[in-house]
Amino acid sequence: MATFNILEERRKQVLTKTAEGGEIACGKQSTAGSVSQRACVFCGSRVVLYPIADALHLIHGPVGCAAYTWDIRGSLSSGPQLHRLSFSTDLNEKDVVFGGEKKLYQSLIKLIETYQPKAAFVYSTCIVGVIGDDVKAVCKKVEAETGITVLPVMSEGFSGTKKDGYKAACDALEALVGTGNERRNGKYTINILGDFNLAGELWMLAGYYRKMGVDIVASITGDGRIDEIRHAHTASLNLVQCSGSMMNLAKSMKEKYGIPFKKVSYFGIEDMSEALYEVARFFESDELMEKARALVREEIGTLLPALEKYRKALKGKKAAIYVGGAFKAISLVKALRLIGVQTVVVGSQTGGPDDYALLQKLCDEGTYIVDDSNPLELSHMVQETGADIFIGGVKERPIAYKIGIGFCDHNHERKLALAGYEGMINFAEEVYASALSPVWKFIRK
Amino acid sequence: MKEEKEYIATRNACKLCNPLGACLAYKGIKGCVPLIHGSQGCSTYIRRYMISHFREPVDIASSNFTEESTIFGGRQNCHQAVGNIIKQYNPEIIAAATTCLSETIGDDIEKYLKEYKAEFPDAPDFIYANTPSYQGTHADGFHEAVAATVRSLAKRTKKNTHINLFPGMYSPADLRYLKRVMDNYKTNYVLLPDYSETLDGSSWSEYKKIPDGGTSKEAIITTADAQASIEFGAIFNKAGGSTNKNGRSKETAASYLETTFGVPALRLPWPVGVEATDLFFKTLSEVTGVEKPDEYVKERGRLIDAYADGHKYVFGKKAVIYGEEDLVLSIYRFLNEIGVDTILIASGGKSGALASEIEKLTMGEMKMPEIIDNADFEEIAARSRELKPDIMIGHSKGYYIARELNIPLVRIGFPIHDRLGGQRLLHIGYEGTNDLFEKIVNAFIEKNQESSEVGYKYM
Repeated sequence: MATFNILEERRKQVLTKTAEGGEIACGKQSTAGSVSQRACVFCGSRVVLYPIADALHLIHGPVGCAAYTWDIRGSLSSGPQLHRLSFSTDLNEKDVVFGGEKKLYQSLIKLIETYQPKAAFVYSTCIVGVIGDDVKAVCKKVEAETGITVLPVMSEGFSGTKKDGYKAACDALEALVGTGNERRNGKYTINILGDFNLAGELWMLAGYYRKMGVDIVASITGDGRIDEIRHAHTASLNLVQCSGSMMNLAKSMKEKYGIPFKKVSYFGIEDMSEALYEVARFFESDELMEKARALVREEIGTLLPALEKYRKALKGKKAAIYVGGAFKAISLVKALRLIGVQTVVVGSQTGGPDDYALLQKLCDEGTYIVDDSNPLELSHMVQETGADIFIGGVKERPIAYKIGIGFCDHNHERKLALAGYEGMINFAEEVYASALSPVWKFIRK
Repeated sequence: MKEEKEYIATRNACKLCNPLGACLAYKGIKGCVPLIHGSQGCSTYIRRYMISHFREPVDIASSNFTEESTIFGGRQNCHQAVGNIIKQYNPEIIAAATTCLSETIGDDIEKYLKEYKAEFPDAPDFIYANTPSYQGTHADGFHEAVAATVRSLAKRTKKNTHINLFPGMYSPADLRYLKRVMDNYKTNYVLLPDYSETLDGSSWSEYKKIPDGGTSKEAIITTADAQASIEFGAIFNKAGGSTNKNGRSKETAASYLETTFGVPALRLPWPVGVEATDLFFKTLSEVTGVEKPDEYVKERGRLIDAYADGHKYVFGKKAVIYGEEDLVLSIYRFLNEIGVDTILIASGGKSGALASEIEKLTMGEMKMPEIIDNADFEEIAARSRELKPDIMIGHSKGYYIARELNIPLVRIGFPIHDRLGGQRLLHIGYEGTNDLFEKIVNAFIEKNQESSEVGYKYM
């Protein structure tokens, strides 16, 4: 158990790795007044469905939820850009009294007419249920009138944690999968679940798999398309990254369509390579395995020498990691180790018991492992451990900069690809450029 | 109004929600931790939005509503949040902002906070503002929170000790400008809110739970003793306001102090442009009896000199401006002064008073520009495509329109999410006007240079 001043309700969510190991509480609703770095159920749904580029995303509620999520993800689309528009029913006082169903109906009809989307997602925010709107009924009605699939996403902010929002998003996706029947001809077909094509990362991954001879039926949801998702059940295998967000969909597809899934991560050389081998092993194909090996050999052949410069410069540096999903934290610990950086603090907003167990196994003794942390805990741990670089998102950035340590943005608004082999170099460069900047000498004595 | 006809959804909102403005104001109170009474997401989204602009830690606590609090009320969560804020931050003040959720279920935050104080008399002072996001915009929340702060703390002790200054939604740099002016006038003042340091501070050798700076509680108490209040703006919280036993009050901090303690309220336009800044200094000299310091006479001189140097690059150019109502009013007035033709004024604000305030500024002589209130960016985009402006002036979120139209965007106001330095943009005073003027002039010069075939380096 960690010893510094932590809120009583949170004591079991912060742990120092010891030889005996220990258990970390997680999956809990955030503590009131703790200043959690998490957002809400709505946020969970919104980030997962956001990259579906030919769908209409309408947020039903007062304007804030839509305003704060307008064009915030770095999720690229190779075609339509509809996902980058923010639509809100913008409920006002009158609607709170008389209900917002009429506005929702009219909004949908008009937006569908204007933008001709392939489908529409309607996100319920906090007050929608409280004011008695029957969102599902309105969606059904509009669907019947327009012939466009309209999917309600039950994502009222208070109704759980961000993780419950992932679940609500998966529910909506589940309703889509299996509604199309076009079969791909490829011998080896997969779906990629839980990559969001930040800075074009999906395109890099897809390139690797194509090189191996593997076809991607649907990417859910990076560079996502409604019709691809409808056909997703025709693939032979689901690869699940960001398991926190997409596990529900993977499990339901296994149950419904018998499609097995594998958990993978595309961050760092080890995990990226394993994600390729995993597919070859699944299809029990020597040919695939050989191609995967050749690909890895080729990539690593250029990558490792290129990383040498960074490893030399960064050797002995210490890192703190605080990210949304624990799968990313796990990969980051390994990726950092590869460039000579030791992780001294690692945590996530939404990790599960398995993730934290794995983190404990992976990390050195004395490492802080933390679930659903806050700025005061994070700043304390970072200072106590003497971390040189912080890997996190926008909300963690000022914690690092204020006390004069480097920072690498690994959140979903980033514009730099960090996945795959190319991403590993970018990541090393980013860590290096920040940790070794001469500016810190003016802050840290 | 939109609602009367077939409703069109808000597409790319040109406004933020009420509690964001309240939190911004609360960040300008010394030793204060803001608390949003609602779902966890509200505080996190608002933090992220503000951090991306100010590039400073912005800690805002949440009472983190659950299913149970939504059904049975948020008392327990409110009390737990307050207790945990005290344990973690030991603040001097906890300032609460309500949300759409807590207001819709009819939660009585005032009562909850009073109960806590009764049980724990040593607890810090509480402030609360009613800021449901279904009402008004972030600008309303900002002014409502300032009014709520004064309502909670102001107490008459002595009289005529100083001048109160209630700024608009200004940048930290703007607030520092106001403070310098008051120092140069050698006049005591209370500036509320003052986030000039809390949201634009220096680096730390050790992490600070609550950043230094802000208006102290003691200073806020004395706002009731002021000789006068100066508030900047014309719209304030007209579309928001607190609900109390007597219905909806839309009073501002200055108007509250006037009615309650007899502190005269002087309402001035934002000091942007020569005329509006002159008016500010003239008023200040009248109130304080101090002559305008020479420094500002010279600063004014330099501004007018700059106007002369740059006038021909901007004259007759067509501008689209957007942002908070009080911001666009001040920019419109300034653009008139330099001969820029404002062809579209858009604001997400919904006070209903924007057009009449603009009309006042035309003084019956100028053609009324097109005005869209309760606007969203897709409306601004559609009208801009038709109107073909030469320049856009506003915050980062209009960038995509300027990009499509291939015209410069001069970034002002909040949020600046795609550039560094939003917190250090100076908009007000002769100096801020000069900055703004040069940015606009240089935007045109750069555009000409970039599109020149020969790429000259002398003009």
